[in-house]
Amino acid sequence: MFMIFGYPSALLFGQLLLGLINGAFYALLSLGLAIIFGMLNIVNFSHGALFMLGAFVAWGLLEFLGISYWWSLLLAPIIVGAFGVLLEKVFIARLYKLDHLYGLLLTFGLALVIEGLARNQFGSSGMPFAIPKQLQGATDLGFMFMPNYRGWVVAASAGMCLLVWLVIEKTSLGATLRAATENPAIVQSFGINVPRMITLTYAAGVALAAFAGVLAAPIYSVNPNMGASFIITVFAVVVIGGMGSIAGSIVTGFGLGIVEGLTKVFYPQGSSVVIFVVMVIVLLTRPAGLFGKGGH
Amino acid sequence: MFGFSRPQGISFVIMLAAVIISPAFFYPILLMKVLCFALFACAYNLLIGYVGLGSFGHAAFFGMGGYVAAYAAKKWGLDPALAIIAGGLVGAALGAVFGWLAIGRQGIYFAMITLALSQMVFFFCTQASFTGGEDGIQQVPRGKLFGMISLQDDMAMYTVVAVIFLVTFLLIHRIVHSPFGQVLKAIRENEPRATSLGYRTDDYKMLVFILSAGIAGIAGGTKSIVFGIATLTDVANAQSGEVILMTLVGGMGTIFGPVLGALILNFIESYLAQLGAWFAVTQGVIFVLCIMFFRRGILGELAARLKVAL
Repeated sequence: MFMIFGYPSALLFGQLLLGLINGAFYALLSLGLAIIFGMLNIVNFSHGALFMLGAFVAWGLLEFLGISYWWSLLLAPIIVGAFGVLLEKVFIARLYKLDHLYGLLLTFGLALVIEGLARNQFGSSGMPFAIPKQLQGATDLGFMFMPNYRGWVVAASAGMCLLVWLVIEKTSLGATLRAATENPAIVQSFGINVPRMITLTYAAGVALAAFAGVLAAPIYSVNPNMGASFIITVFAVVVIGGMGSIAGSIVTGFGLGIVEGLTKVFYPQGSSVVIFVVMVIVLLTRPAGLFGKGGH
Repeated sequence: MFGFSRPQGISFVIMLAAVIISPAFFYPILLMKVLCFALFACAYNLLIGYVGLGSFGHAAFFGMGGYVAAYAAKKWGLDPALAIIAGGLVGAALGAVFGWLAIGRQGIYFAMITLALSQMVFFFCTQASFTGGEDGIQQVPRGKLFGMISLQDDMAMYTVVAVIFLVTFLLIHRIVHSPFGQVLKAIRENEPRATSLGYRTDDYKMLVFILSAGIAGIAGGTKSIVFGIATLTDVANAQSGEVILMTLVGGMGTIFGPVLGALILNFIESYLAQLGAWFAVTQGVIFVLCIMFFRRGILGELAARLKVAL
């Protein structure tokens, strides 16, 4: 073991890894929020609740149907995405013509219902979720021991972020999506079904949250409050990054996770608020956010 | 008087009568809670109803006002009136900081920033020594008003709370119906046009944000003096959600709506105690139903039917 800035390297790298993992979740969640915001012009306040739902679906699939973690990684986002289609069709779609404030309040209320139901059904303490056996154990990287599952979380979410970025920036589907974000009326006049696109965008954003939820299940216990505590930090991340760019929200998510991890080493008392402090500084110096466009 | 229209005057008389006679029928503690939350909701309505700014962090002002009033009354032995005023001033000061950071950003960003800042205040309260952490500040003495009138008796306390509520309610009514209030409504309806007419809209929003935060602080301070306790619950995000819901149910942008909303939700909470864990779900369902079918709230809907302003 060696020392860095007077701290044992294992401690430093360990916290750095924890920071990266939190960053991975921030990135996935803020990415989903940014995609939804781009098309629907609302901030999805139920994002945290749907993240939690993803973890619960994975838990339920394993507990009742014996479906493994790996299938859940695919199935839970599909199931939660389908639920998202329902939410969008039944509730959110009826509010597009109104002030965006109503969209905020509605998704806020939906989050209360989803989290309240989960709390009634499962209590607040939560259930353990075993790490899949292929990823148990740890690997000696030379400078630290890395638990395999944690390495996987970072890799999987980075891969997913990259995939989403590629789809949006490099494919024709993504081009249509970006065009519809800029000007839905013109895109619709080309014969593209924009309302359906909006629904599917919401489902995709929500599915990303569920994917993050499944990844998170073995790390945190699966509990009804897991999303509520996360999502507020993610909002701060979104304010810091600005919702203008997809790449921006990914970079900001990972970056702030690392900042948080390092704060845990150098100034542990400040680690719960450091992201909010960064947000305040960014608001004072670059009000539109690091990657944001314009003032609003 | 006070610029009440006829329907508003009638409503005010009804409300005044209700405030005076209801202690004969209901437990004064419950009524005092209703009045504190009614004040909080009126403060919130000033912002969301009259300027269209949706803050998701109002619990910070309410909770901090509560902590400061409780601390001042218990540790410094301050007169309860001064303790409550201190709560209001701290709420206003905190509001100035929030406003300074958030006012420049609109809509969804404003919502997210206020939520994040209030979460920061919550974390601060869990760690700062003066808040007493998980225990909160307990056994806060109600003290003697102006050093003379003991507030130990519930009816004496109720009278004081009722006076605070009525005076602040009239103040809010006055603000809304002043030229300043007209500019606020102009900003709500069309901010670019208000700007082009020469109003510095950010200054107006800032001022009303501080007023709203200050009144929320007074409400929180009053509540902690009444109940003798200030805890993390009042500064937590769920509290911001509750005040939004009260305002929504009663009617955003109506002067009496938030009072009715506070009354209804507090009665649901206390009389349907068997709801227990279902309370959060019930709240969420009311939220969703209001937004889908009932956006104007009870009094907003009534006012629209009768074609009057309430």
